[in-house]
Amino acid sequence: MSEKEIKNPGTERSRSLEEIFEQRIARDEKIEPKDWMPEKYRKTHIRQISQHAHSEIVGMLPEGNWITRAPSLRRKVALLAKVQDEAGHGLYLYSACETLGISRDELYEQLHTGKAKYSSIFNYPTVTWADMGAIGWLVDGAAIINQVPLCSTSYGPYARAMVRVCKEESFHQRQGFEIMMKLANGSPEQKEMAQDALNRWWWPSLMMLGPTDAESVHTEQSMKWKLKRKTNDELRQQFIDQTVPQADLIGLTIPDPDLKWNDETGHYDFGEIDWDEFWQVVKGHGPCNKERLSARVNAWKNGEWVRDAAMAYAKKQEDKKLKKAI
Amino acid sequence: MKNENIIQYIYGIADNALILGQRLSELCGHGPSLETDIALTNMALDLLGQTRSYYQYAAQLMADGKTEDDIAFLRIEREYKNVLLVEQPNKHFGYVITRQFFYDVFHLLLLQELQNSKDEILSAVAKKAIKEVSYHQRFSSDWVKRLGDGTKESHQKVQDAVDDLWKFTDELFHMTQDDMLAVESEIGVDISLLKEKYYQRINKVLEEATLTTPETKWFQKGGKQGIHSEHMGYLLSDLQYMQRTYPNMEW
Amino acid sequence: MKNNWPLWEVFVRSKNGLEHRHFGSLHAADEEMALENARDVYTRRNEGVSIWVVQSKHIKASNPENNGELFEPAQDKVYRHPTFYTLPDEVKHM
Repeated sequence: MSEKEIKNPGTERSRSLEEIFEQRIARDEKIEPKDWMPEKYRKTHIRQISQHAHSEIVGMLPEGNWITRAPSLRRKVALLAKVQDEAGHGLYLYSACETLGISRDELYEQLHTGKAKYSSIFNYPTVTWADMGAIGWLVDGAAIINQVPLCSTSYGPYARAMVRVCKEESFHQRQGFEIMMKLANGSPEQKEMAQDALNRWWWPSLMMLGPTDAESVHTEQSMKWKLKRKTNDELRQQFIDQTVPQADLIGLTIPDPDLKWNDETGHYDFGEIDWDEFWQVVKGHGPCNKERLSARVNAWKNGEWVRDAAMAYAKKQEDKKLKKAI
Repeated sequence: MKNENIIQYIYGIADNALILGQRLSELCGHGPSLETDIALTNMALDLLGQTRSYYQYAAQLMADGKTEDDIAFLRIEREYKNVLLVEQPNKHFGYVITRQFFYDVFHLLLLQELQNSKDEILSAVAKKAIKEVSYHQRFSSDWVKRLGDGTKESHQKVQDAVDDLWKFTDELFHMTQDDMLAVESEIGVDISLLKEKYYQRINKVLEEATLTTPETKWFQKGGKQGIHSEHMGYLLSDLQYMQRTYPNMEW
Repeated sequence: MKNNWPLWEVFVRSKNGLEHRHFGSLHAADEEMALENARDVYTRRNEGVSIWVVQSKHIKASNPENNGELFEPAQDKVYRHPTFYTLPDEVKHM
C-alpha cells in the first residue's frame, strides 16, 4: 500500500483497502481481529459464526433429552461427554464471534428473540434411544462435512475455533455409529428402533446441508471468503456417497426408493427432497421450534440472578482488596 | 466380612455418586452460563465414573454374571442405599450448589479415610476420586460464597436452600449394619467420627458466605435403609426406563 | 445489558518444558472462576499442566495499521541472522 493510497480520503481509500483485503484472502492469508475488514465481511462472519454457535447450544437439547434415560452407564457417560463438548464448541465459537466486536449477551439476545437462526435439524424431536445413534451418525456426519473445510477459512479466530471443534468432534460420529450398529445387530425390537430412527433423520440430515445451489443466497460471496469451499449440493452428494455404504454395512435401509448407484457419474442418485418441509421448519413451524427456544430462554432467564450474584461478589472482593491496599 | 456385606457397603457409597450424578446430568444444557454448564457436567462425569468403578467391583464380588448396569438400573427403589440429600431435586441453582456443597464436604472426608482401606480396590478408587472431589468441594464452596455474599436475591435464595437441605445432613453420619462390619474388618470408614470436622468446615464456609447456620435439631433419615423421598421414584423411572422397557438387551 | 461477566483470555502450558500458549477465551466473574472455568472448558482432554488467565481488557495489542513502522524496519537487518556471515567450508559447526 503506497502512502498516497492511504492518504486518499473517502470511498477511494476504502475501495483500495478492500482490494488489498480481497487479495490477501485470495493469497490464503488469514484475517485477524484488529485488521481492517469490510463491514460486510464482519457482518457476514458474525451471522455465520453465531449461527454456528447457536446450533451447538440448541443442539445440546435434543440429545440432552436422553442423558437421564441412557440405557447403560457406559452410554450415559459417553453421551454426557458429547453433549458437554457441544457446550464447549458453542463457547469456542461465541468467543471467535466476540472478536468481531459483539458480545455473547448480544448474540444470545439475537437467538432468544428469534432474530438469529440455528440449524433446523434440532427442531425435530428425539423420540427413542436410537435417535442418539442417528444424530451422532447422520447429523454429526453432515456437520463434519460442513466443518472440516472451515478449518482453513479466512478469518483466523473462526479457523482456530474450528480446528479445535473438528478435533473434538471426531469421537461424536463414531459414538453415533456404534450406537446404531449395536441396535442393528441386536434384538428385532432394537433393529426396528434403529431403522425407524434412520427413516426419521435421513431427510432432515440431507436438508441440513442447506438449500439447493439454485436457491442458496450466500454461496458466491461465501466461497470468495472461504466461509464455504464446496456448494451445498456438492456437500450433500458427498454426504450421501459416504453414508449409504455405512448403512449397508450394518444392514439398515436408507428410506429413499429412488436411491441408486450411478456408474456414469460415480455417485448415488437420490430422490426429491421435500423443500416445503425444510422451509416450514426454518420459518419456525417445525415440531420443536418453540420448545427449543423456550428451553434456551429459560436457562438464560433463570440464570440471571446467579450471574448477577457472581458479579456482585466479585465487586465486593475487589473493593476489599483495594481497602487493604490503602 | 462376607462378600454380601461388602457389596452392601459399596452400595452405601456408590449409590450416592450415581444419584447425584444423575441429578447433575439433568442440568446439562440448562446451566446459568455456558461455562457453569460445562463445569456441572464435569462433576457429573466424575461421579458417574466413580459409580462405575464401585459397581464393577461389586459385580465382580457377586460373581454371578451380573454387571454394573444390572446394579445401576435393575434394583427396586428399596435397594438403593443413597442418602436423602443427593436425591433432592434441582429446584434452582442455589439448591444445586448447596446440595453439592453439603455432599462434597462429606464425600472428601470419607474418601480421605477410605484410601486407607485394607481393601485394595476400594483404596485405589478412593485415591483417584479424592482428586476429583477436592475440586468439587472447591467449586461448590466458591459458589456458596458467591451466592451468599452476592446480591440480596441470591443471598435469600441460597439461604432458603441451606435451610431446606440442612435436615438431610445428619443422615450422612449414620452407621448402618454394613458400615459397622466394614469398620470392624478395616475395610470401611467410621463415618460417625467425621461429623465434627464436617460441621466445622460447613460452618466456616457458610460464615464466609454471610449465611446463617440453621439451628434445627430435627433431621430426616431413611435413604440408607432404602426408604426414600417421593422424588426418588421419578428419578428412577427416568434412570431405569430403557432397561425396564427392553429387558435383557445389549446397548 | 447489565452485569455481564467480563471476557478472559486463557493460556495453557501443555506440559512442562513448553511455554504457555493462547488457547482461547471465556467469561467469568472473578479470577478464581476464570481459572476454574478455564480448567473445565479447555483442559477436559488432559491438555494442560498449568493455566494463566488474564482479563482481555488488560491486554494492550499493537495496531495492524502500524505494522509498517513496527515490523518492516526489521526486515532488512540481515546482519542479525547467522547466514549473513560467510565462513570457510572447513568450519562445519558454528
